[in-house]
Amino acid sequence: MATLGPSGFSPYPVAVYEGVLNPPPGKALMFNEIVDEELAMREAARAMLTRANPTIFPGPQVLYAWNEEAREKAKLVKRIAQVLGAKIIPMYDYRPKYPKIDPAVEINPNHPNLTIWHNRIKACIFVGVHCHYANVALKIIRAETDCFTIAMCGMAGHEDAMITLRDQHVEEMERFIKVAEEVKKELGK
Amino acid sequence: MSYKIYEINEDLLDVMPQEIRDLQFRATWGNPKRGVMDLPYSKELIEEHSLCAGCPESMALRYILASLPSPEDTIIVNSTGCTSLVFPHIALHTVHSLFGNQNAVASGIKRVLEWRFPDKVKDVVVLAGDGATVDIGLDCTLQSFFRQEKITTICFDNEVYANTGGQESGLTVKGHVFKMAPKGKQWDKVPFWQIAIDSGCHYVARLTVSSPKRVETVIKKAIYVAREVGPTYVHLYTPCILEIGLNSDDGLDEMRQRDKERFAFFEYVSDAAKEVIERKKEEGLL
Repeated sequence: MATLGPSGFSPYPVAVYEGVLNPPPGKALMFNEIVDEELAMREAARAMLTRANPTIFPGPQVLYAWNEEAREKAKLVKRIAQVLGAKIIPMYDYRPKYPKIDPAVEINPNHPNLTIWHNRIKACIFVGVHCHYANVALKIIRAETDCFTIAMCGMAGHEDAMITLRDQHVEEMERFIKVAEEVKKELGK
Repeated sequence: MSYKIYEINEDLLDVMPQEIRDLQFRATWGNPKRGVMDLPYSKELIEEHSLCAGCPESMALRYILASLPSPEDTIIVNSTGCTSLVFPHIALHTVHSLFGNQNAVASGIKRVLEWRFPDKVKDVVVLAGDGATVDIGLDCTLQSFFRQEKITTICFDNEVYANTGGQESGLTVKGHVFKMAPKGKQWDKVPFWQIAIDSGCHYVARLTVSSPKRVETVIKKAIYVAREVGPTYVHLYTPCILEIGLNSDDGLDEMRQRDKERFAFFEYVSDAAKEVIERKKEEGLL
């Protein structure tokens, strides 16, 4: 964890201050390496298929039917969960819920570690979470848990996730499903 | 704003908690006739709150949120105080401004919304305590009235700075003693409802929240008038039961007593506002 300079104000380690930056378009980030998207997708699928209690955390951008792409993405999230044998726990909004969240059925970006601890989640995918809250939540998860985080981002990605897939829209998500099916076959699952 | 923003994707409906499904299926979006009578039957826009047990302010918030004619197109601007503990939990757009700046922030939001959505009605409602409205934010509050900003200002008057331990405010009654005002207040309570009239508000009301239906009517009038005419002001008595030494179940009685004296119902309606209110009555919205 950085201790000098502006990052010292953050209570959590910040990847960008450790020299980890988002991948350029067409590429993906795996830990601190820029890699081909295909490779990152394979490793993401492998992590979800081999680690305990894999879970997808869909955010408001896919949970609500605010446009046609959101509807399509919701279907694909469900399909990804089926292929990976993953549970879905929604991050339906970002309100700091009081007095406490029910970690069995929801995740809140202000204390996402509670849901991960409660369900003993060792691998997760963030999809459809607005970037600013994904950034907050991924930092907390990175600092407080041993969960393998995968950010499936529609924009530039999140360097605090272990694997970052950027510019993920319907076409890319469909490709991820195909990759996941292949990896599942390879693993004999 | 599209109602679709509340519509859960069918494919993921089964993973959503019940309270969020209720917001889609049992809340009263898109119904301008919504009101406090819906409270027992519909999903409220406030889930849980962090105010003290029996706090009259929580009653006020429930009634106000139930009375907004168009919650899906309402932005609430609030300020530091007990109310600001609640706003993160409500299912509406809220903006927390710096202490006292709320009417200036609301003015900016209203103007931008008018520019950005010229064909839509967007209500901007300020909800703040007596300290934010009348003491620290007096300048911003009055200037927004002078400028005839089309916003509704609601003051939760508990007559004290409650959550900082009990300091007197401009709205504290003369002679009242609080933990951090041990000598008792030496000056009169500021009659802010009168100042609001003199400063150009077109609809002003002073009341307690002992009567839910009355709160509903006042809030609706204030919002409809603000939409078309200019600034409106609602002064609500929401006593801090802790600071005045009452039990959790005493808040309602306290307000009923004050209904008969310094918070007797008072309403001012300008000529321009009268026309709006009459029209809304004819439309069955009041």
